[in-house]
Amino acid sequence: MTTAEESMLRANAIGTPLTRLDGTEKVTGTAPYAVEHPVDSPAHLHPLQAAIALGRATGIDTSAAEAEPGVLAVLTHANAPRLASTGNGELEILQSGEVGYRGQFLGGVIAETPEIARRAADLIRVHYERYEHDVELRADRDDLYKPEQVNPAFDTDTAQGDADGALASAAVTLDATYSTPMEHNNPMEPHATIACWTDGELTLHDSTQGVYWTQAAVAPLFELDQQQVRVISPHVGGGFGSKGIPHPNVVLAAMAARLVPGRPVKFPLTRQQMFSVVGYRTPTIQHVRLGADEQGRLSAITLDVVEQTAKVKEFAEQTAIPTRTMYAAPHRRTSHRLAALDTPVPTWMRAPGECPGMFGPEVAMDEMALACGLDPIEFRVRNEPETDPESGLPFSSRNLVACLREGARRFGWHDRDPRPGTRRHGEWLVGTGVAASTYPVFAMPGSQATIRATPDGRYAVRIGAVDIGTGTWTALTQIAADALEVSVGEVDLEIGSTTLPTASGAGGSSGINSWGSPIVAAARTLRARLDEHGGTVPAEGVEATEGMPDNPHTSQYAMHSFGAQFAEVWVNADTGEVSVPRLLGIFAAGRIINARTGRSQLLGGMTMGLSMALHEESVLDPRFGHVVNHDLAEYHIATNADVGSLEVDWLDEHDPYVNPMGSKGIGELGITGTAAAITNAAYHATGIRVRELPLHPDKFLR
Amino acid sequence: MIPFDYQRADRADGAVAAVGVRPAAAFLGGGTNLVDHLKLGVAEPELLVDVTRLPFDGIDTLPDGGVRVGATVRNSDLAAEAIVRQRYPVLSQALLSGASGQLRNLATTGGNLLQRTRCPYFQDVTTPCNKREPGQGCSARGGYTRYHAILGASEHCVATHPSDMAVALTALDATVHVTGPNGQRDIPVTELHRLPGDEPHRDTVLEHGDLITAVDLPELPMAARSRYRKVRDRASYAFALVSVAAALDVEDGTVREARIALGGVAHKPWRANTAEQALRGAPATEQSFREAAEAELAEAQPVRDNAFKVPMARNTLVATLRDLAGEEAR
Repeated sequence: MTTAEESMLRANAIGTPLTRLDGTEKVTGTAPYAVEHPVDSPAHLHPLQAAIALGRATGIDTSAAEAEPGVLAVLTHANAPRLASTGNGELEILQSGEVGYRGQFLGGVIAETPEIARRAADLIRVHYERYEHDVELRADRDDLYKPEQVNPAFDTDTAQGDADGALASAAVTLDATYSTPMEHNNPMEPHATIACWTDGELTLHDSTQGVYWTQAAVAPLFELDQQQVRVISPHVGGGFGSKGIPHPNVVLAAMAARLVPGRPVKFPLTRQQMFSVVGYRTPTIQHVRLGADEQGRLSAITLDVVEQTAKVKEFAEQTAIPTRTMYAAPHRRTSHRLAALDTPVPTWMRAPGECPGMFGPEVAMDEMALACGLDPIEFRVRNEPETDPESGLPFSSRNLVACLREGARRFGWHDRDPRPGTRRHGEWLVGTGVAASTYPVFAMPGSQATIRATPDGRYAVRIGAVDIGTGTWTALTQIAADALEVSVGEVDLEIGSTTLPTASGAGGSSGINSWGSPIVAAARTLRARLDEHGGTVPAEGVEATEGMPDNPHTSQYAMHSFGAQFAEVWVNADTGEVSVPRLLGIFAAGRIINARTGRSQLLGGMTMGLSMALHEESVLDPRFGHVVNHDLAEYHIATNADVGSLEVDWLDEHDPYVNPMGSKGIGELGITGTAAAITNAAYHATGIRVRELPLHPDKFLR
Repeated sequence: MIPFDYQRADRADGAVAAVGVRPAAAFLGGGTNLVDHLKLGVAEPELLVDVTRLPFDGIDTLPDGGVRVGATVRNSDLAAEAIVRQRYPVLSQALLSGASGQLRNLATTGGNLLQRTRCPYFQDVTTPCNKREPGQGCSARGGYTRYHAILGASEHCVATHPSDMAVALTALDATVHVTGPNGQRDIPVTELHRLPGDEPHRDTVLEHGDLITAVDLPELPMAARSRYRKVRDRASYAFALVSVAAALDVEDGTVREARIALGGVAHKPWRANTAEQALRGAPATEQSFREAAEAELAEAQPVRDNAFKVPMARNTLVATLRDLAGEEAR
């Protein structure tokens, strides 16, 4: 039996900053995104959306729309295809006139041009019976409930020891509530689909994080075999979780295409539509309590989270998960409670769980360090666990302390004066802050890779993976080259279609782990077969297919990435404006497959963390049940001008247990902890402790 | 969005005639506001008359020492013009703080002045709005009002005017030249925009068919030391929470003259006459500045989400005057 060390891939192409293989196509605008695929005589869909939050459409008058020249068909629940019941209330649209949230699809217009479709959709008149809706999340609701598990399959609550007792007897305690607002994913490319039915089979050019995820969700709705739904998605302009499992827009496009058989139907969402139908991050309310002894050793950690889900379909954000792993304490408790509301369905967004869950607790650690009279880095070091605090498993690798120390050195932390509100640069108050980052190492089952060697010296690597802008095309090519022991130039990778071997999607930072492992396994099998042929490729070629290998270490080790983020924050003493001239992130995430795209992912994650800290907030109007600021002028995402010096580096971390590549996944690590580091720095600048994101200027006004 | 006709005008009188005779016609400048509203269903003109090719693209010095800015001069070009940067820095700074580079390349001087007041409920045809349909009710009152007015609002409308440029022009006492179905007239920019009162659908005093042809900046030596300070939720591409356009003339530690306008606080650019009056003859001190700011804001009536705008406007005005006074002292 080979040991973990022996089965590790030798790095040759891996770790180099290979430029993106799809870079030229992208910067020259020739990489086809979903609705850009050339199709013959496309029709265009514009949706009809509910203008009430709860109730029933009692009448939908489509006559004016149908009379518009160029309109091909008008879709409502009266003529929509019947869907099989799969228990997914989000996707099972147009089966009745019931409205479960404002903006829900009630139908659509299919026309010769997008303009005609849009105009005709405006002409549809809907009569409603309204029911009283309920869209307000509050921690004091009496109908909060405990979900059976939290995303994707974690325990809802955990407890060890006697947290309340330990808190009662602790020398130093903290009891504070933190909150993060509703946030929307907002990838650059909107959700977009071309749907076409041919001979009873469905083809979807879809902007998705998983071609097989889309296939698996759509096929049963239309009572098709999986193979009867073909999903194609070679390039995706960002997803951030909202293109993981498909949303109702894909179903509506497929329904509309049914009404015009043989014609492809194009359906790109507008930015405003994206705010009601493709998911968002739930607002979170995080009640943190910490207890410590005189030396600053934690005796108790509790985190009780309140958040929302939709009545239409449950989604339980796993906000308390990182607290189960971050710091040692003998007495501990975590819990999640949900309010089910008449809102759109929340979903995965940019490190679901870890991202909001590393805000409250990491600000609390800063507050507690001060209360204990300790530097926040020293306080974290004192509470570093030897094994995973809840499971007791050893870590496959854990370098949080090394990240904190290296970051402190690089950032110039050592001579920091801990007193808040004492540094000034002109009209600006200056402060620095730190927070930790973490993300679990996920690997999804089910992926397969096929590699074919041909006598011309080429290696065709095929897997139904996707590239959502992260660099999959490039990184998988590097992994395949090293596994085959050839150069990257000899590898021809194919991804982005269900005509390729089955694969999991891009989510949970698991893509490289889940697609790279079967590629390595297939390459090893192929090389063994080539050896049987004496090392030469026969005329008919040689092929090998392997699935995702079992990893025995996943039950033996706790596997997580870690990092440390440092922020310098300036707050204007007159206006309260918040500026972040400097961010530094030091990470330990196993082997980084591509130094260039990997750096970009961490930079992007930290930029999204900055955006979360300073800007992002979806404002829900409880009277109407809609997000008021539903466009990119009003929903603020960080601009270039908001980002100052942004520096990223990582430690060389050797972890033979996670997978043969030694990689942990870096798609989401960078966003975790950023908002806490910035919030802690803003406190250091001003002496004002903000516990509710975002850090708008008015919170610092005096 | 409704189907509409499009014409390109090559003469001002022709453009005025084309729009004047059709009640549902509108002038099209850079389109950065109107085209958005077309897509949203907020504006439904049947005819657009494109005025961007009219011969109003010059920036010229006038015999009296002022400067005439043609109505079709793009915001980017106006901001970059040397005479503007030297003699009216407040205007250049205001322009560059607005929108994005792409939008400024399209937006015209006349169009910038005539952009509609901004409110997310106005922009969403599924929520009631008195500005879109008088009598429907105001959804902003009782709703999300972070960006809304604290001065001069009415029960019918609490929206704010979003232009940065117009705030600078208001401080500078610019004059707007208009040609319309009833001939030509000049309107002080301070009188161009309206408070909502009981006619919130009217943003300006212009009548249907009135076309802005130019904006005159008066000779104003004190404007060479002027400043635009915009406070917003992000560093670029965001509307003002509050903004201050100010010029200050200080001699021997005493304020001789002040020109101040506030943005982001009202349905129109808000000329701070009370503050100016309080400052004339006052010592150029932090205390005077603060008293002047507080006097100006004494009548402020915040709504649900924007009580912070009162201290924010006060502090921003004080800071801007402090900067200008310090500059003067050097």
